Amino acid sequence: MSAPTDRPEDGTPTLELRGVNKSFGAIQVLHDVHLKVYPGQVTALVGDNGAGKSTLIKSIAGIHPIDSGDVLFEGRPVTVTGPRDAAALGIEIVYQDLALCDNLDVVQNMFLGRERKTGVVLDEISMEQAARDTLSKLSVRTLKSVRQLVSSLSGGQRQTVAIAKAVLWESKLVVLDEPTAALGVAQTRQVLDLVRRLADTGHAVVFISHNMVDVFEVSDRVAALYLGRMAADIPISQVNRGEVIELITAGRSGNLGIAPAEAAAVEV
Amino acid sequence: MSSTISAPTSSQEPGGAPSGFEADRTSDSLGASARAYVDRVRGGDLGALPAILGIVVLGLLFFALRPETFLTPRNMANLADQAAPIIILAMGLVFILLLGEIDLSAGVVSGVCAAVMAKLLADAGAPWYVAVLAAIVTGVAIGLFTGSLVGMIGIPSFVVTLALFLGWQGFTLRLIGEGGTVPVRDPVISAISDRNLPVTLGWILALLVIALYAALQLNRWRTQRTKGLAHQPLAVVLVRIAVIAAIVLLVTAVLSVDRAPAVGVVLAGIPYAVPLVILLLLLLTFVLGRTSFGRHVYAVGGNAEAARRAGINVTKIRVAVFVIGSTLAAISGIVAAARLGSVAPGSGGGNTLLYAVGAAVIGGTSLFGGRGRVRDAVLGGLVVAIIANGLGLLGTEAYLNFIITGGVLLLAASVDALARRRAAATGH
Repeated sequence: MSAPTDRPEDGTPTLELRGVNKSFGAIQVLHDVHLKVYPGQVTALVGDNGAGKSTLIKSIAGIHPIDSGDVLFEGRPVTVTGPRDAAALGIEIVYQDLALCDNLDVVQNMFLGRERKTGVVLDEISMEQAARDTLSKLSVRTLKSVRQLVSSLSGGQRQTVAIAKAVLWESKLVVLDEPTAALGVAQTRQVLDLVRRLADTGHAVVFISHNMVDVFEVSDRVAALYLGRMAADIPISQVNRGEVIELITAGRSGNLGIAPAEAAAVEV
Repeated sequence: MSSTISAPTSSQEPGGAPSGFEADRTSDSLGASARAYVDRVRGGDLGALPAILGIVVLGLLFFALRPETFLTPRNMANLADQAAPIIILAMGLVFILLLGEIDLSAGVVSGVCAAVMAKLLADAGAPWYVAVLAAIVTGVAIGLFTGSLVGMIGIPSFVVTLALFLGWQGFTLRLIGEGGTVPVRDPVISAISDRNLPVTLGWILALLVIALYAALQLNRWRTQRTKGLAHQPLAVVLVRIAVIAAIVLLVTAVLSVDRAPAVGVVLAGIPYAVPLVILLLLLLTFVLGRTSFGRHVYAVGGNAEAARRAGINVTKIRVAVFVIGSTLAAISGIVAAARLGSVAPGSGGGNTLLYAVGAAVIGGTSLFGGRGRVRDAVLGGLVVAIIANGLGLLGTEAYLNFIITGGVLLLAASVDALARRRAAATGH
């Protein structure tokens, strides 16, 4: 496992948002949002409740198509109008409520809706091997059996399965919505290791968290949303914990963040 | 949530250590497998245990009370005929219960379909295959209707099928006429319950079933082993094959004994209803266990939202299970009509549905959705049929039959609910 790296902003971002706006009726939730997510890096997406994190990832996922602005995927402009578009590009979202079926086993859950078949018969052998390969690649060592029912897994193991499911599909961008919320110490450890490994295997990772310790442990970049505006999208080496918290709560910190006049206008 | 905290040491191992899944690579001994099974049962995953216990206990009870009639080959053949329509109806309900839905109209739907068949046979003089086809088409159409109301409009299945429970009874009454009955005398249809397989053919089929089962089990075990996948110990596979073989041979032997009441006539062989049930069991088990449709049925029953996000068309699955349920209800109605030799306005009413729901639940299918197998219908159906058959032999009064059968269903539902709570508490 490599430590978070301070890479320059080189190469093409896997995902780039330019001037994205999104309104629900009269309420504008996202204002002119810019974001760059690089392959092989973990980008922490932070922000207070209501800052627009959920809306932003749902826009990326195609659940809430954006009103205006540009989305570039691997440098190409794309339009994402539904979850299937996002999946076709290689974007996988792991939502907080995980969406696993308790009554199915690990392999069955990982291939749910995209089962491999020979004729009409399910190809259990190939699915089990692929699931095992993916889990091994992510160095998941905490599962007793890939044929365990998901109902018998701990919270951390469920999160692991949900993340592995996202990786199985040759995804390029994986968005994790608070994967460590509600987990114990040991389980948080497992999941953070996994998040780091995702990036180390070449994925672009967006990691949403309220926990600054977790954010500083695994992230390469941090993107702070403040009331629907992107206060900063910078390498994490350029900020400390206090500055990130200021960005989250006030929208600016020192010479980072939203310009004072704009910040004042937002707060009204 | 689960109380097990996975050992953090395993994730801290230095690089180069093989990945986890130790349970998948070890081939435990028979004793370890037995202990694992006991753990599962204690954890609330009862499987087929209640039904098997029920069959054994009730069998011994009625044998003790009526030693000269209950365990005779004649009564066993009668039991098989009695169980067949209950089992087939319950097979359809397993699909519906897997989604956590219910079809209260399944019983009367079997009556409507049987009435359609009987009218075509008796009044229109249609050949048997036309009549049977019409009954099954009727079942499919009814299932589409019910499924659309539940899946597309979104009315709770309880309400839809309660309304249809009344509605279809009116339909049967209109078809057959008040107080009337329509006889079913077509020789092919009556043969389902009146005729038996020739004894030799019965033995050949029995051996064939055993050989097929053994081959499939052993082949799967070998493939899983050679490819390094999760597999059971060989001893467990062999014990399972031996148990199935013993049951099949025993049943075949009992049903191959001459059971004619008079001397000079020979009445022996497996009733045709039995291979029909076995055929449906194999077909539907394949659909549920080996196709993506079956997998999606379990997924929707386990977590409909997860299934939807996985790209599964939940509405289509909902409609499909009601179509399967009503189609099997139609087949059940045909078998019941063959057994009784007629269709009456009350066919499929009364306790028909209660028996079938009871069969599925006693067999181990959960009323809460997500858990159940086709074989549950067979095992549970046998329990219900033994109760009905045994009480008939004892000559208990009708009121007692109702109370006892209702009580058994309540007991099964309680076991289901308690097992579910237990499973939630122990994380199984």
